[in-house]
Amino acid sequence: MDHSLAYVRTEDAPILKPPANLVGVRGWIMANLFPNWSNSILTILAALFAYWVLSNVLGWALFRATWTGESRDACVVEGAGACWPFVQAKFAQWIYGFYPIDQRWRVNVCFFVGAAALIPLLMPSLPYKKWNALFLLFAFPLLALILLTGGHFSFGFGAFISFVVQFLAIVAAFLPLSVFGIENGIKSAKPGLILVAVGLVLRVLSYALGFELPAIFDGVSTTYLMALLLMLAGGAWGILQIFGAGNQASRPVLRAWLFGGAGLCLVAVLLKWDFGLEYVETSQWGGLLVTLVVAVTGIVFSLPVGILLALGRRSDMPIVKYFSIGFIEIWRGVPLITVLFMASYMLPLFLPPGTNFDKLTRVLIGIALFSSAYMAEVVRGGLQAIPKGQIEAAQALGLPYWNTMNLIVLPQALRIVIPGIVNSFISLFKDTTLVTVVGLYDLMGIVIAGFADAKWASAQTAPTGYFTAALLFWVFCFGMSRYSQYVERRLNTGHKR
Amino acid sequence: MSAFDDTRTPRVPFWNDPRTRSIAVQLIMVVALVAVGYELYVNASANLAKLGKTFGFDFWDKSAGFDISQSLIPYTSSSSYGTAIIVGFWNTLLIACFGILFATLIGFTVGIMRLSKNWLISRIATVYVETIRNIPLLLQIFIWYGAVLKPLPGPKQALNVGGFYLSNRGLNMPAPIFEGAAWMGLAGLVGGIVGAILLRRWARARQLATGEAFPYISVGFALIVFMPFLGLLLAGWPVTWDVPVLGAFQLSGGVTVNPEFIALLIALSVYTASFIAEIVRAGIQAVSHGQTEAAGALGLRQSSITRLVTIPQAMRIIIPPLASQYLNLTKNSSLAVAIAYPDLVAMGGTVLNQTGKAIEIVLIWMIVYLSLSLLTSSFMNWYNSRMKLVER
Repeated sequence: MDHSLAYVRTEDAPILKPPANLVGVRGWIMANLFPNWSNSILTILAALFAYWVLSNVLGWALFRATWTGESRDACVVEGAGACWPFVQAKFAQWIYGFYPIDQRWRVNVCFFVGAAALIPLLMPSLPYKKWNALFLLFAFPLLALILLTGGHFSFGFGAFISFVVQFLAIVAAFLPLSVFGIENGIKSAKPGLILVAVGLVLRVLSYALGFELPAIFDGVSTTYLMALLLMLAGGAWGILQIFGAGNQASRPVLRAWLFGGAGLCLVAVLLKWDFGLEYVETSQWGGLLVTLVVAVTGIVFSLPVGILLALGRRSDMPIVKYFSIGFIEIWRGVPLITVLFMASYMLPLFLPPGTNFDKLTRVLIGIALFSSAYMAEVVRGGLQAIPKGQIEAAQALGLPYWNTMNLIVLPQALRIVIPGIVNSFISLFKDTTLVTVVGLYDLMGIVIAGFADAKWASAQTAPTGYFTAALLFWVFCFGMSRYSQYVERRLNTGHKR
Repeated sequence: MSAFDDTRTPRVPFWNDPRTRSIAVQLIMVVALVAVGYELYVNASANLAKLGKTFGFDFWDKSAGFDISQSLIPYTSSSSYGTAIIVGFWNTLLIACFGILFATLIGFTVGIMRLSKNWLISRIATVYVETIRNIPLLLQIFIWYGAVLKPLPGPKQALNVGGFYLSNRGLNMPAPIFEGAAWMGLAGLVGGIVGAILLRRWARARQLATGEAFPYISVGFALIVFMPFLGLLLAGWPVTWDVPVLGAFQLSGGVTVNPEFIALLIALSVYTASFIAEIVRAGIQAVSHGQTEAAGALGLRQSSITRLVTIPQAMRIIIPPLASQYLNLTKNSSLAVAIAYPDLVAMGGTVLNQTGKAIEIVLIWMIVYLSLSLLTSSFMNWYNSRMKLVER
């Protein structure tokens, strides 16, 4: 190769610096704020607007604000901004409502336990998600219910325990069917089933026809005792059969039976137990407490019901399908406020005469039904995203419907809809403000109720209260929406190239 | 081996047959539903009997006896409960129509601002969306009503801008009074619209035939705007203005817009606009770059690319969620009850309190709102089937 030609360069030209107006701060400003005439004018107008808003808001909330004071006198100054002493004086009430002051530690415990259980659940890197979720869905609501109301509920405790025991005995008599399959199960369970059947017939006879055997012990119905003994014997037979076979398949069945029964009894005992807590009426609850109770109840109840409704909507069985569609569409079609009116005015008419719930419970029922319909649609979105091949593969392996759903479809679908669930929690959280209209004091309601206090009546009281309430809601909702976006990004990684 | 040679379908025990199981499940469900329904019916009739009430719409024709602050149809306190509920229904539709109009305008503006290359503009739009979306609507209604409109000065010190008076009693505006040959204006409007449609047809046909474009959008718009004026001018301008006048205690004349209506309208449109803005942004971003690049490669100008390539494809994605936002706005207008704007729910609530007819009123609410949502969803189904991409 001949390199002697004069016009061929043998080395690279020196790299020049890019023009100063294209890089660095100046370049950025030129490209993003003043690229041309029309955009420059827009930028200046927008900057003026932003300055106007910011200076007004900050001036009102910080620079011209009143920071200390004992009553309205501090805030009725010409040209004064926000009245922060009002917020200081009322803040505890905004959190707890009219909850007795010496009992507020109970609310704090609930807040603390809830947060301590929720935060690990939200962090993807931490283990034991299933147990964590189960605690939040079952144990925590029970704990909160007992702590917040005081527990020691009056209900037919004896009747409930007796019912649970009989129910467990009957289920136990049927257990061999589940362990050995129906044909072999009937063979081995037959004596137990007969005993239970006789017991049931006795119960029906005494309940429906007033049939009674002569009394042996005073005050105890012999028929009842006989029936109970027969059922217990039938149940014991079923259990013995399973133990006798020493079948591996029997373990989970037995465990479910035992824990289910123990759980039911434990819940009854806990609800009945007198922990020595003072009874606090729900009409004394208020503020953030009510907001969180309503929102959390809505979401906790709506998850299982929503999943069932979503599965029902995709079912092949026409009655199940159309019932689910009707339920979902009716609740989604009406505004929440009519649902709340329905819960507070119409619901009592449909309850058995003599029963009555307090206002908060009625509202909770309305909110729970309403949010289940929305949750069903969120879950349906996740179900539709699962390829049909997954279900077909499960069917080809011989899995029955509920196993297909529990082991294959729902774990994938629910993971996809986590952002959707968080989003529906956000809208539920915002919607809790509507309970003010039917006379409950949620966070917003109690802030507004505070304006009527003559001790704090000033021109700046209401704006300060509204501003703080808006800020509190904003912090909660914005935080949650950021979390939901974070989960979405995490879930999306599979589709990124 | 004999079992494998057997070609008959193996007999499945009936309890393992999916058909039997499905029938059994549905039977149990029907029985449970009927039982629950019957229980509710029995309870309701027992409760109603105990309260000495009956089910029925006989209250519909009885005299209501209360006044309504805003009504689109003739209504006095001696009108019937039924009329009051109908007044509420029209008020719901009124606030919904205006709310949808303003929410769409603000929403599209903010949505497009969010996509602006101008950093400050897009940041302001983001702050708007993230702030408004995360504050409960009811709180926003209270803020507009209680912290913005109520502290305004009274009618005597009303803010006056060219015949418009804004005070804590609402907005008083001049009202046009049409008389005599004012129909000419209306005729001009109709003529303008027809002319614009014909113009568009002609321009399209010409473009298809010769390839020459005609600015039919701006010319058509000018037709629609100026034809009514032309009609009125030809008729000798038969329009006078009823301007509000400040009396001893209050403003009289003109049209009065209640502060409740204003607060609800602002809150609803501002709130819904923040959701519409996100829908618009997502819709425009969903149009793939290949489309705009291909249009650019064909030599289309930026404005033509936006109008002919981006917007039509973005609309396909935008319209279904937009329709459900419109429905949400209509349902959210029921929050009017909190500031006593007389909409369907507020009127129903008042009638419910006076007559105690809970079941009937709730039924009316459900029927009205369910029909509205049914209308919206059938529109969306129609639109989706029309707009579905036709693939091989």
